[in-house]
Amino acid sequence: MTAMLEVRDLVKRFGPFTAVDGISFEVQRGEVLGFLGPNGAGKSTTMKMITGFLGPSAGTVTVNQFDALANPIMAKTRIGYLPEGAPAYPDMTPASFLEFIASVRGLKGRQRRQRIAEVTERIDIGRVMQQPIETLSKGFKRRVGLAQALLHDPEILILDEPTDGLDPNQKFQVRELIHELAPEKAIIISTHILEEVSAVCSRALIIARGRIVADGTPGELMGRSRFHNAVVLELKGDNKPDFETLRADLVRVPGVASVEPDGERRVVVFPEGSATVTDGVSQLAAARGWQIGAFYVDPGRMDEVFRSITQGN
Amino acid sequence: MGAMTTVFRRELAGYFATPVAWVFIVIFLLTTAAFAFYLGNFFERGQADLLSFFTYLPWLYLFLIPAIGMRLWSEERKTGTIELLLTLPISVPAAVIGKFLAAWAFVGIALALTFPFWLMVSYLGDPDHGVILASYVGALLMAGGYLAITSCLSSLTQNQVIAFVVSTCVCFLFTVSGTPIVLDFVSGWAPDLLVDQIAGFSFITHFQSIIGGVIDLRDMVFFASLIGVWLFVNMIIIEHKKFAG
Repeated sequence: MTAMLEVRDLVKRFGPFTAVDGISFEVQRGEVLGFLGPNGAGKSTTMKMITGFLGPSAGTVTVNQFDALANPIMAKTRIGYLPEGAPAYPDMTPASFLEFIASVRGLKGRQRRQRIAEVTERIDIGRVMQQPIETLSKGFKRRVGLAQALLHDPEILILDEPTDGLDPNQKFQVRELIHELAPEKAIIISTHILEEVSAVCSRALIIARGRIVADGTPGELMGRSRFHNAVVLELKGDNKPDFETLRADLVRVPGVASVEPDGERRVVVFPEGSATVTDGVSQLAAARGWQIGAFYVDPGRMDEVFRSITQGN
Repeated sequence: MGAMTTVFRRELAGYFATPVAWVFIVIFLLTTAAFAFYLGNFFERGQADLLSFFTYLPWLYLFLIPAIGMRLWSEERKTGTIELLLTLPISVPAAVIGKFLAAWAFVGIALALTFPFWLMVSYLGDPDHGVILASYVGALLMAGGYLAITSCLSSLTQNQVIAFVVSTCVCFLFTVSGTPIVLDFVSGWAPDLLVDQIAGFSFITHFQSIIGGVIDLRDMVFFASLIGVWLFVNMIIIEHKKFAG
């Protein structure tokens, strides 16, 4: 299977500053690739180069086997792009704005009306179609930007922070939308909301200082967390032991490497390597007659992975 | 071609979506009338022509055209819509020309609305309609020249005030390059050939020969090629900014 979008050794320098420093990846149909990284890591700059707004200092972008730098128009017809901040002409209404985009995209007649109606309905902006865009709330502006990116039903969708400024319900809707679109398209989203990566992405790239520092499925990235496979335990009741007693007991369970407090009420039991300690811990709990408030295996913590990858080392 | 037409239509509609269009048209008509009647002595001259109207037009355009054109690219940069525009399947030349033509058409509409002057001289006397028509064409071409300069310079900045001030200065140099203001500055040291060249760039000189009734194709070609060159530089600036470090 050939990639819908292929990026090779992309570099962007702004004077002495290297914003993007040799990024390479591929996106296949059906994939939702998440760009994750601190502000200024080069996520947006990479997107701007893929969509042809910025010219790379070095490297190539291949859209459906076409060199996007040599055939920019061809590449642009296949891409739907929501730029950072969802810019739109402020004095236009969403209706006239979408008409404009449809016209640029070469949609005509019945097909144009159909696509506009479909996208309006799907993104739920019907209520504001006749209001100037400058008077819209941040959430509606973002959705108008999304509608614009989806209008021509592109094979490749590039969304720079699609849920920024949306309330939790709207965020949920947008994630649902991405899920629905995913099987037919190659999608890249950037975000700094970590749970969004697990919620919508099939693969995530963590970008820091212009480089890809981690590449994997959300599960694989979570697997890098030191909390991965650890057992989290919360005890309740009047006769629950204090932390030191608890720790002394738990470290004797076979396979347990260490025990740490997790917030005020919980403790985390870290296993040695890939050992499973659930059975040992639950048997101990039963033997001691502890009243269990919570007991679960931690899948890993994205924020901790993110911090350790982007800050440390 | 299709994309250019779309950009043209959106831009032109944009002028009328805000009060900009109406303010501009009203101010333009009032000032042209004031200039023609008071400074140009429209009636006192007793001539059935529009010379008193056209003579002051370059000076009016010197301020009004940069005011219309300053937002062409700087506003796109300021609001970030340039990123949207340049990632749509529109070539840079199509975007530059589409936006320019829309602004030019708008200026043309304002110019066309001065037609009562023409009606008035036709009623009062027997003017040379050929000269008046040529003057209108010349005025439109000259407006295009000012506008192309402004469009090009507005693509350098996201600040409309800077775009306006710099454009007005450059337009001023082109307006007066045939007069002592510019020529005295260069004639002391530059060879005569260069001085003549600089004088040849004067909007006033070319425009006056058109409105004076000397219909010389070279004056028209001057403005047309000036528009072409500035728009070409405009495209280069926009392309270059993509790759600029």
